Amino acid sequence: MLGLKKSDSRLLLLVAGITLLAPFILNPFPEGSELAQFNAGYPDLMQRFVIFGIFAIGFNILFGLTGYLSFGHAAFLGVGSYAAIWMMKLLTMNIIPAIILSVIVAGLFSLLVGWISLRRSGIYFSILTLAFAQMSYSLAYSVLTPITGGETGLQPKGSDPRILDAALVNGTTPKANLFGLQMGSSFDLTLGSWVFTFNTGFYIAAVIMLISFYLAIRIFRSPFGMMLRAVKSNQNRMNYTGLNSKPYTLAAFVISGMYAGLAGGLMVAMDTQAGPERMFWTASGEVVLMTILGGAGTLIGPVLGAGVIKYMENILSKINSDILHGWFAFLPDGLENLIVNVLYPFIGKGWHLTLGILFMLVVIYLPGGLVEGAQRINRLFKSKSQNDSKAKPEPAE
Amino acid sequence: MSKSTFSRRGVLQTGAVAGAGLAVPTIFTASSAAAFTNEPTGGTVTLGFNVPQTGPYADEGADELRAYQLAVEHLNGGGDAGMMNTFSSKALKGNGILGKKIEFVTGDTQTKSDAARASARSMIEKDGAVMITGGSSSGVAVAVQALCQEAGVIFMAGLTHSNDTTGKDKKANGFRHFFNSYMSGAALAPILASNYGKDRKAYHLTADYNWGYTTEEAVRTSTEAMGWETVAAVKTPLTQTDFSSYIAPVLQSDADVLVLNHYGGNMVNSLTNAVQFGLRDKLVNNKNFEIVVPLYSRLMAKGAGANVKGIFGSTNWHWSLTDEGSKAFVKSFGTKYGFPPSQAAHTCYVQTLLYADAVERAGSFNPCAVAEALEGYSFDGLGNGPTLYRAEDHQCFKDVLVVKGKENPTSEFDLLEIVEVTPAAQVTYDASIFGGELGSCNSGA
Repeated sequence: MLGLKKSDSRLLLLVAGITLLAPFILNPFPEGSELAQFNAGYPDLMQRFVIFGIFAIGFNILFGLTGYLSFGHAAFLGVGSYAAIWMMKLLTMNIIPAIILSVIVAGLFSLLVGWISLRRSGIYFSILTLAFAQMSYSLAYSVLTPITGGETGLQPKGSDPRILDAALVNGTTPKANLFGLQMGSSFDLTLGSWVFTFNTGFYIAAVIMLISFYLAIRIFRSPFGMMLRAVKSNQNRMNYTGLNSKPYTLAAFVISGMYAGLAGGLMVAMDTQAGPERMFWTASGEVVLMTILGGAGTLIGPVLGAGVIKYMENILSKINSDILHGWFAFLPDGLENLIVNVLYPFIGKGWHLTLGILFMLVVIYLPGGLVEGAQRINRLFKSKSQNDSKAKPEPAE
Repeated sequence: MSKSTFSRRGVLQTGAVAGAGLAVPTIFTASSAAAFTNEPTGGTVTLGFNVPQTGPYADEGADELRAYQLAVEHLNGGGDAGMMNTFSSKALKGNGILGKKIEFVTGDTQTKSDAARASARSMIEKDGAVMITGGSSSGVAVAVQALCQEAGVIFMAGLTHSNDTTGKDKKANGFRHFFNSYMSGAALAPILASNYGKDRKAYHLTADYNWGYTTEEAVRTSTEAMGWETVAAVKTPLTQTDFSSYIAPVLQSDADVLVLNHYGGNMVNSLTNAVQFGLRDKLVNNKNFEIVVPLYSRLMAKGAGANVKGIFGSTNWHWSLTDEGSKAFVKSFGTKYGFPPSQAAHTCYVQTLLYADAVERAGSFNPCAVAEALEGYSFDGLGNGPTLYRAEDHQCFKDVLVVKGKENPTSEFDLLEIVEVTPAAQVTYDASIFGGELGSCNSGA
């Protein structure tokens, strides 16, 4: 379908199914129950899942295929965000021009950064990209304050020009929309004690993610993708055969920069503000973590990794000691306090610790990321069922 | 051989699902059923406490959270009721807010605007919080305030000192009790003039971000108005930890006062460097060289240790104040946690009480009704003397404390002594000087 192999189109349909049904899948626990704490089906987090999914898909095109580890991808995300917010301030609150411009600006910026950084490979390349990202961060934080708003960042204001939009009703705040369809609007479906939220912004972002995912599959399966894989396996040999690999790596770098810009533009579309800490090196590191956690070089891995990290950041970090005490209230006091004290460092503000442990375990035992884990489980079941069929031979006569 | 997996049935199903998703129009907004965002319908009401639990301001965040928990306990009728007894308004009855028991959710802002907004949005969208409060840096406060304006909930700012929060970035749904850079400057200047003279030459080191800029400007304007001269103003990167290269040029200049527009770890490091360079033992222009720190906090004083002795600065509140409200608060905080509260804890506790009181007086959780009850509201008994929540910019006007590092501290908490309580009238400014627009309140309906 759509020029894809059968297995790839199955994967695309699977991702499409999961994304479009996300409001159901992410809200498995009834409202008001103790476990509702673990529900993730609210608009903000769902939007973040798909947006960081796009970011990680794009990063994976560079890192997963060519093996070039960029440590400065957050800069493109940030540049895209600033481009989008300026578009909203100057032109219109409609998200389309904002997103288009964010992709273009991030593409141009990544062309510049890539053109310089790709003169080196390996650790030197990583450090160069990191330097560019930190430079962008510092510029946005202080020197470029008139353009970026500095630490405070930028938000749309009532007094912005917005030359294409009609004047606001007195005193209301401008809201991001797609031809009048507001990103923040949602529809609650109540089934018994379950509440499922369908959010406009999420579905728009989800459709864009599916398109990005489809494009990524096409790139992975194309001759261009093959060339990128060749860069990863042995760039020297490629060069010795007389092939100039630079245009290929540069193209991959720009494409993944544009994906990052798209993610940045979408972030602004869903939540209209842009600030410099989006470009900080920890943000660049986060996308590396997402990709490796999910499985670098696999199609669906980065999306999974993005989901896991954002889930932990938003759900785990909100569990405080009061909630823990609530859970274990049925135990005798001493035991309750003991369990809470043991668990507490790993949740709430300690969520980084849990993430670190998970990351270590994945890197040590599942070098291929969560995708490898899924494959192993899959194989286990398959071989088991084969064993089962072997173990039951026809009774001998 | 066909690569297509489309079947008629599959296409129809997918189309139906996608169509249903896209066809949901804007008329079904989240709030269409309720009168305003997250209207509490059951026997409880949820407040969102959004503070930094990790990152550079985690200490402040932890203290803020303690204060919030104490406030909730008092509002729900537990504990010794703290400042509810001394508060001039008697609308609060100790049975929650409007008879609804207060529950709260917490989140980690990580001192990053994005993380703070994500956390605040999850409180609003998932937990149904009707008010968000917290924050310990101005960037975060401004970002979350704009979000609350959009979502239609009230934002009660925590520790944020930049002029912007209630200046150029003010919002109708946002309220700040804490003081700001302008007030620091206006309160400090007369004290500096009377202690150090009117013909001083000042050298500014300024943290290179918004708060630094507004603080530098405030101190500069108010000291220059008294006759001081500003020799130079140098910006230092926020991530700087060693300030020796910035201190050395101060020695070369003929400045005789150094103003450190730094906060938190920055201030601890720059002050330590300056003292190590022997600045305070120097005589320039036949005058003793002096150092000034516009915004002080107890946690910073603790970090800088003996170096803060005799150094002037300003603060919003200090636990050694002896009015009834402060005494009651210090007592109940100390009983519960074993040490005195910081100014961050104080402002957060007061903000929670003020919100609850405004809801009681308005008789509704509707953000517009609450905002109306807070606007232009005068109160007393919350530790800062008579205070006014100004309607034009939602900023509190109250006395500002000028403090100085104590020469002989008696404990690790007793580091600052109050030099003067600058009356509110002296730090009041015209609401329009910072620009910005308040807009009109948004209830999310």
